[in-house]
Amino acid sequence: MKKLIAVLLTLAMILSLAACGTNNNTTTKAPETTKAADTTTKAADTTTKAADTTTQAPETAAPAKEIKVGLICLHDENSTYDLNFLNGFKEACANMGLDEDHYIIKTNIGETQDCYEAAAEMVDEGCNVVFSDSFGHQAFMLAAAKDFPETVFCSATGVYAHTEGLDNYANAFAAIYEGRYLAGIAAGMKLNEMIESGKITADQAKMGYVGAYTYAEVISGYTSFYLGAKSVCPSVTMEVTFTGSWYDETAEKEGAEMLIKNGCVLISQHADSLGAPTACENNGVPNVSYNGSTKAAGPNTYIVSSRINWAPYYEYVIQTVRDGGKVDVDWVGTIATGSVELAELNTSVAAKGTEEAIQAAWNELKEGKLHVFDTANFTVNGQPVTTYLADVDDDGTFTGDTEAIADGYFHESEYRSGPYFDLQIDGITLLDTNFG
Amino acid sequence: MNKKTPLIHITKRTDIPVSRSILIRLAAVIIALLVCGLITTIVTGLNPLEVYASMIKGSFGTKRKVWTLLQNISMLLCIGLALVPAFRMRFWNLGGDGQALMGCLAASACMILLNGKVSNAALIAIESVAAIAAGAVWALIPALFKAKWNTNETLFTLMMNYVATQIVAYFIIVWESPKGSGSIGIINQRTEAGWFPAIGTNKYLLNILIVTALTLIIFVYMKYSKHGYEIAVVGESERTARYIGIKVEKVIIRTMILSGALCGLAGLLLCAGTNHTLTTTIVDGRGFTAVMVAWLAKFDPFVMIITSFLLVFLGRGANEIATSFSLNKAFGDILTGIILFFIIGCEFFINYKINFRKSEGKEAR
Repeated sequence: MKKLIAVLLTLAMILSLAACGTNNNTTTKAPETTKAADTTTKAADTTTKAADTTTQAPETAAPAKEIKVGLICLHDENSTYDLNFLNGFKEACANMGLDEDHYIIKTNIGETQDCYEAAAEMVDEGCNVVFSDSFGHQAFMLAAAKDFPETVFCSATGVYAHTEGLDNYANAFAAIYEGRYLAGIAAGMKLNEMIESGKITADQAKMGYVGAYTYAEVISGYTSFYLGAKSVCPSVTMEVTFTGSWYDETAEKEGAEMLIKNGCVLISQHADSLGAPTACENNGVPNVSYNGSTKAAGPNTYIVSSRINWAPYYEYVIQTVRDGGKVDVDWVGTIATGSVELAELNTSVAAKGTEEAIQAAWNELKEGKLHVFDTANFTVNGQPVTTYLADVDDDGTFTGDTEAIADGYFHESEYRSGPYFDLQIDGITLLDTNFG
Repeated sequence: MNKKTPLIHITKRTDIPVSRSILIRLAAVIIALLVCGLITTIVTGLNPLEVYASMIKGSFGTKRKVWTLLQNISMLLCIGLALVPAFRMRFWNLGGDGQALMGCLAASACMILLNGKVSNAALIAIESVAAIAAGAVWALIPALFKAKWNTNETLFTLMMNYVATQIVAYFIIVWESPKGSGSIGIINQRTEAGWFPAIGTNKYLLNILIVTALTLIIFVYMKYSKHGYEIAVVGESERTARYIGIKVEKVIIRTMILSGALCGLAGLLLCAGTNHTLTTTIVDGRGFTAVMVAWLAKFDPFVMIITSFLLVFLGRGANEIATSFSLNKAFGDILTGIILFFIIGCEFFINYKINFRKSEGKEAR
């Protein structure tokens, strides 16, 4: 027995020595390479600056900065949410001429120190820009931004950048409530078709919505969807259930089935799995999806899907960093930037005239004639809303600090990229969450 | 007389030379790597050597990766060491995950609620005591039931994991920031109150040193202390233990408090030392992986350094493969599965000998 332990001890010693050995090697090597990289980037910087100030040469003449980008994903391509980011990222890289040696994708990175480590490793591998896709990554991205000031960290859907004031830490989101509104029109048209065909009465036009958390992003999403439907089908009501998770296939499926049993004749969702679309297909109930087309999971029930196209944002950041410019740290994508999209309309399920109705509203939204959260179109506790302090600044108090209503509508995603519309409007019933 | 010896029969080996057992293990690793290489080539068309190189790069590629590797080994080893006293006693504590999670919860509760109310040193002391106590309590409950009513500890400790997860999920909703987001972010990000200090610039060294010390302590405790002896006797036979005057119930309860306290310590290191946040998945299944760490090493604390290195190395390698070859992480997990299959499987050949029937001629003799 003693012999055995002696052997193992020596083994452990050898192993730990070996570990120290590699350790030392990398220590000596690593600083050299980083230094070299530093000086080259600095050199590039100064040349660009020089070119700018002295000759005002066109940007193409200045040597473009070597760009490497990284993307950190919470899940992988099996989640519709992450897939949407992966698609946008790959599209942007292709458009910006970045091949596989110039981008890194890390999937299944949790909202823990793992996210910081993944970001730091990307910096080690030469990334000048690191993107992350999940709300909970933001604190760890912020920590990385403080430790690596030369690299730009963009945390999608986060809310810290608005108040943090760091040049290299950015948040971004899109005015997806406009896309939700358009998708809501498709839902309303479908309800009208059901009423006209006598399948349901006008009073039975009840929709169901499977949400993740009672968070502003979700509230803003289901409210705009509801208002879109209401703009064409005035008698519509909606029930909302929450799963308490961004990705829980079973809970989303069960939530959708519960809503269907409650008499909801159309379902939409803000959660990332195929749970709700699958439940709809099994029960033959029309579904308005999110994050991208889910027609494959529901060929007979899928109507349309709203989606944030992240490619324009990625291209904007990559181009800005390449040119040596400063990235907008609180960026909002819109219909105009191509960030708000509707994925394929399933004409065999959608009501007649849906495409035209969506197109008309699309144009009005783009021209600024139509506002989704127009106070003339909704009430809270039976009263029209004339003033509302939204919690825009992340000061840790969760109290309203910014007047969001002006010119007759709620200004969503204008004072900060992350959504802050969290009013509980009439016509929508929350089944399982008490806002006290 | 007519009894024919079967073609193959298996006998238990009583004493196998150490060199022989190491050879068998090495052979298992080599065969596993060959099988993995074959599967890699068939399924993905990649050069297996490149895949292995990438796996090694995943752990040793940069100085930062080496530190992350050491940190992950420490965390897994810490929970593994916590299981050793219980397992030696044949008390199958499968609740390491939940015990560590309760430690995380207690530590983050202190960090959130006492932030700014006490000095930083006091906060660290309070959260340490709270986390270790929380882990101990979570292990004490099944131990009491086992000692008093002889309930099945495997099921009980397993179920306690799920209870812990739900309690943590509840508190995440209480503390989430911003409201409704389901995430509490980094606790005290601006003040760093209650965070374990970095040694020099290194954030992980303190954790690694603590677990190194713990390894030595557990080794001495199990091998040279009276408690360690009592645990071994209870594990061998409760009747013998009673006969020689050991209070079995007392040993069960005392050992489980120790086991849970060490899991709570792991939770403390995970929360206050590394992540500074609380999620339901923060322990990351280590309570279960640690079972494998302990078993593969036959509960020897020093061998457990090697087994936890092996498991962490394989896990990080799997991630690296997923990143550098754009494969799904599941592929890396398949390779890990194959390697573990061979490593666990080879224990059979170490414990048993396979005898083939000797040829007829010889038998006739």
